[in-house]
Amino acid sequence: MEQLKTIGRELAMGSQGGFGQSKEFLDLVKSIGESRSKAEEDRIVLSEIDILKRKLLEPDVPKRKMKEYIIRLVYIEMLGHDASFGYIHAVKMTHDDNLLLKRTGYLAVTLFLDEDHDLIILIVNTIQKDLRSDNYLVVCAALNAVCRLINEETIPAVLPQVVDLLNHGKEAVRKKAIMALHRFHRKSPSSVSHLVSNFRRKLCDSDPGVMGATLCPLFDLISEDVASYKDLVSSFVGILKQVTERKLPKSYDYHQMPAPFIQIKLLKIMALLSSGDKSASDMMYMVLGDLFRKCDSSTNIGNAILYECIRCISCIIPSPKLLEDAAEAISKFLKSDSHNLKYMGIDGLGRLIKISSDIAEQHQLAVIDCLEDPDDTLKRKTFELLYKMTKSSNVEVIVDRMIDYMISINDNHYKTEIASRCVELAEQFAPSNQWFIQIMNKVFEHAGDLVNIKVAHNLMRLIAEGFGEDDDDADNKLRLSAVESYLQIISEPKLPSLFLQVISWVLGEYGTADGKYSASYISGKLCDVADAYSSDETVKGYAVSALMKIYAFEIASGRKVDVLPECQSLIEELLASHSTDLQQRAYELQALLALDARAVESILPLDASCEDIEVDKDLSFLNGYIQQAIESGAQPYVSERERSGGMFETTDYHSQDHHEVTSHALRFEAYELPKPSVPSQPSAALVPVPEPSYYSEPHQPISTSSSVSERESSEIKLRLDGVKQKWGRPSYQSSTSASSSTPPQAANGTSTHSDGGGVASSSSSKPRSSYESKKPEIDHEKQRLAASLFGGSSSSSRSDRKSSSGGHKPAKGTANKPLATVPKESPIPVPDLLDFDEPTGTSDVAATDPFKELEGLMESSRQDGGGSTDVMGLYSTDASAPVKTTTSVDSLLSELSDSSRGTYHQSQTTKGPNSKEALEKDALVRQMGVNPTSQNPTLFKDLLG
Amino acid sequence: MYFQVQFVASVSAEEFTLLSSCFPRSCTFYLVLCINLFLFFLLAQESWVGVLYFQIHFVLLVSRQGKVRLTKWYSPYTQKERSKVIRELSGVILNRGPKLCNFIEWRGYKVVYKRYASLYFCMCIDEADNELEVLEIIHHYVEILDRYFGSVCELDLIFNFHKAYYILDELLIAGELQESSKKTVARIISAQDQLVEAAKEEASSISNIIAQATK
Repeated sequence: MEQLKTIGRELAMGSQGGFGQSKEFLDLVKSIGESRSKAEEDRIVLSEIDILKRKLLEPDVPKRKMKEYIIRLVYIEMLGHDASFGYIHAVKMTHDDNLLLKRTGYLAVTLFLDEDHDLIILIVNTIQKDLRSDNYLVVCAALNAVCRLINEETIPAVLPQVVDLLNHGKEAVRKKAIMALHRFHRKSPSSVSHLVSNFRRKLCDSDPGVMGATLCPLFDLISEDVASYKDLVSSFVGILKQVTERKLPKSYDYHQMPAPFIQIKLLKIMALLSSGDKSASDMMYMVLGDLFRKCDSSTNIGNAILYECIRCISCIIPSPKLLEDAAEAISKFLKSDSHNLKYMGIDGLGRLIKISSDIAEQHQLAVIDCLEDPDDTLKRKTFELLYKMTKSSNVEVIVDRMIDYMISINDNHYKTEIASRCVELAEQFAPSNQWFIQIMNKVFEHAGDLVNIKVAHNLMRLIAEGFGEDDDDADNKLRLSAVESYLQIISEPKLPSLFLQVISWVLGEYGTADGKYSASYISGKLCDVADAYSSDETVKGYAVSALMKIYAFEIASGRKVDVLPECQSLIEELLASHSTDLQQRAYELQALLALDARAVESILPLDASCEDIEVDKDLSFLNGYIQQAIESGAQPYVSERERSGGMFETTDYHSQDHHEVTSHALRFEAYELPKPSVPSQPSAALVPVPEPSYYSEPHQPISTSSSVSERESSEIKLRLDGVKQKWGRPSYQSSTSASSSTPPQAANGTSTHSDGGGVASSSSSKPRSSYESKKPEIDHEKQRLAASLFGGSSSSSRSDRKSSSGGHKPAKGTANKPLATVPKESPIPVPDLLDFDEPTGTSDVAATDPFKELEGLMESSRQDGGGSTDVMGLYSTDASAPVKTTTSVDSLLSELSDSSRGTYHQSQTTKGPNSKEALEKDALVRQMGVNPTSQNPTLFKDLLG
Repeated sequence: MYFQVQFVASVSAEEFTLLSSCFPRSCTFYLVLCINLFLFFLLAQESWVGVLYFQIHFVLLVSRQGKVRLTKWYSPYTQKERSKVIRELSGVILNRGPKLCNFIEWRGYKVVYKRYASLYFCMCIDEADNELEVLEIIHHYVEILDRYFGSVCELDLIFNFHKAYYILDELLIAGELQESSKKTVARIISAQDQLVEAAKEEASSISNIIAQATK
């Protein structure tokens, strides 16, 4: 039996003509096909790499052999292994005169190399030569390579030849030359800017394929510069008209549609051209109307064109009639059973809703259905639609839905997106502050580290500033509710870092503000946070600053402060921290605890985070002191610029300047930032000074003066910034001034950081509808949901939005596992794809040994033979008329597709074997270990007699 | 750039929000932050142009078992990224139910896939592109393959993957559809094959000899 099997395999291969490859290659493909695990596959590929390395190094490899090696390299590379050792041989092969080899060489290099690879330089010369070849096939191969491999630097090397080819006799060459120019334009628009007119000219090419290809670069050009192509509107309309009237050759028909891909491209271009242009739009009404009538909505391609029409209409200034047509097309999409069409319908709805907001209303229930669909893609699209139609009346429902969904998914990319959408909507339409804070808490809790830090700063600012109304009572309530909610949340394990920062800051600022919670309670919580997240320095820093604020408020209000033992140990630990930031904060806290009430109050005044800090760049408060110093013989300050300007004037000054230069080298970037060109009074006196009093004196007096002024107001410490740079010397040394200067910075950190847009102050305070209670009865619930989503949608909402939101960038941090408070909605399990040990699907027949089931299968194969006609029958009845007429093609194709095409139902019928050829192939597939999805035993009948 | 700004400035705010629906949301968010109106438009225009370059980023053929049958990358990806993309996508696509959409949103792009027998054809496109059209491009490719191989099956593609590449190169170039006529593609491919004909015959005779010998 074993013998028989091998013979059968050999036979099968022999009868197939061996696919034109050698036995080794077939063996390679076969063994990889048969490998049952990724590890096994890797082993095979690695040994193959060894073999190829050896063989490629052999002298005088015959060219045919070499071609095969190259193809084997391509195969290895395709499987995700590194074949770079053979790249040079592929490059060499492009030099060959034989077209067959050359073509293989070009194929390999286009697959191996990208435009920035070092070997490109070796190919450019060959490409140049080949572009001049007489054989158009050589030119085509070279143009293919041009499209992939030529980078910005090498464009000039081939550009003249490519331009010449625009007028080549063969349309295939002209087409590729246009695509190459198109690609050049994308790579470096300036290099081909003088050739742009060629594209216009090629639009009138006699070959429709060339014309179709020209639309690609024109689309790009038009999207960059609409105005200079306005004159083409009528030409495009004309072309589209001709296309729809079937003026193009029959060969461009696709499923009975005349050149649909060209139509779609034209529609895309027309949408660009007539966006917001009434006269251009007018020209298109006719042809668009025709398209709506002519498009066959029973085929996929017809729907593709319809969808493109809808998109076009959403861009141009539409006529009421067209809007009606579009709405009708959308409702057809939405009513369809196909998820694809529903998806397109939702998308189209999202586009049209901008133009006429009442369109959505008739499709309320369809939208709700899509929202509850198990298909994730559809659901996301629906959320996008909801996002577009949010207004203050339905924001609560929509945001709640979004958050529920956000919690249920694991996809970080989308989580980030939906989180930022929630934040944006909440900021713009929040009915009440409490609601806003609740939503933000949820977003931070579940998507914390994915949210942009600006959102956190905005939230802190909102809590600090309130909603801008002069109602302190309401603001206090807001703060209290925030503090309460945070105290509840804080003990939960594994909170995102960003959220903890917000919590720490708010607790520090307002934790003890209204006396409900004691300082020791809050500080205990904060110590817990610092303890629990000891690896996160930012959180720790926030926690320590918060502790400092709490103690400062306590001291300032005259209460006795008992530093908790855990807090004491925390401080001690941080005093020795490796992080200088944490260390400094700890020292500051320690120093603060020793100060008296008045000093503390001026350092950290209560609720001063919103106070504006005025930085006195001129340091005018020091004038008196300077005057005094000058009077007692000190040299006036000379700014750096003046020093360098006066460099050649005096020798003693020169020596000082020299010193300045060396000190420059030691400085760090940060100190350079504030330019020393700040106008300052002393600098008016340009007398250069000798050095002595320059370094030793300044900082001592500064610190005294600042500590004096500290008692007056908290603003002063920031002025020390100015002092530092004014004297152009890092003032590390004065630790007193440093430690006293930072606390207010920390306290006010948020207000200085959060430079994002203001927080929306939508003041319509609607009571939060208890949406959770709606769950039980589906239908009723749906109705209500629909009502809450769509109710009163006549007022256009989106346009009056404030453009204020936290920006965000997609981050790929580790998502915290969402706490499953809602039923998980279709999570996508992601098994290890490459683990072949386990069959991935039900229709996987790999596990069954075909020979064991031989007997039964032979029976069924005969029945199958009869049944297959039924399958075909099904196709032709199921599929609509156009498909039926193209059956000559489709019958072949249906062999391939187990999902019926033309219609969207992906029926699960396994394909019926109906031609001998296919049977043989199928059997071979099985032999190669490729595991097709259907049973196909006829081959064995042949083999065994 | 100057012109682009003009262009955007000419559309009203309402239309802008409408247009902005074409951008990846994330971009818009970032933009909305910009308070400076001019900067706002300037940046918006930048991302707008970027997105308007509709193109196919890569083509991927994966078998039901997750084995790669063909890959073609039109945008630059490193080998490492490629394996990651393949792993991620086949994980998602192979596990999708039969009745669901043929599209998935993935890392700000869209992947359109279609299953033919045991093979999944996937194409990655920009988010704002026409998914149905791409679905038909896939089908178009399959029809051409079918015509070329004569009722194509997975095995044809496994052993003749280089031919599948040649055909793909005639259909798509630099991520754009270059030819929508089946006949034209077939004509140029057969012209190429004619040159190879002699060599092919030789090859088949060799493999016949091998087959004979091993018999």
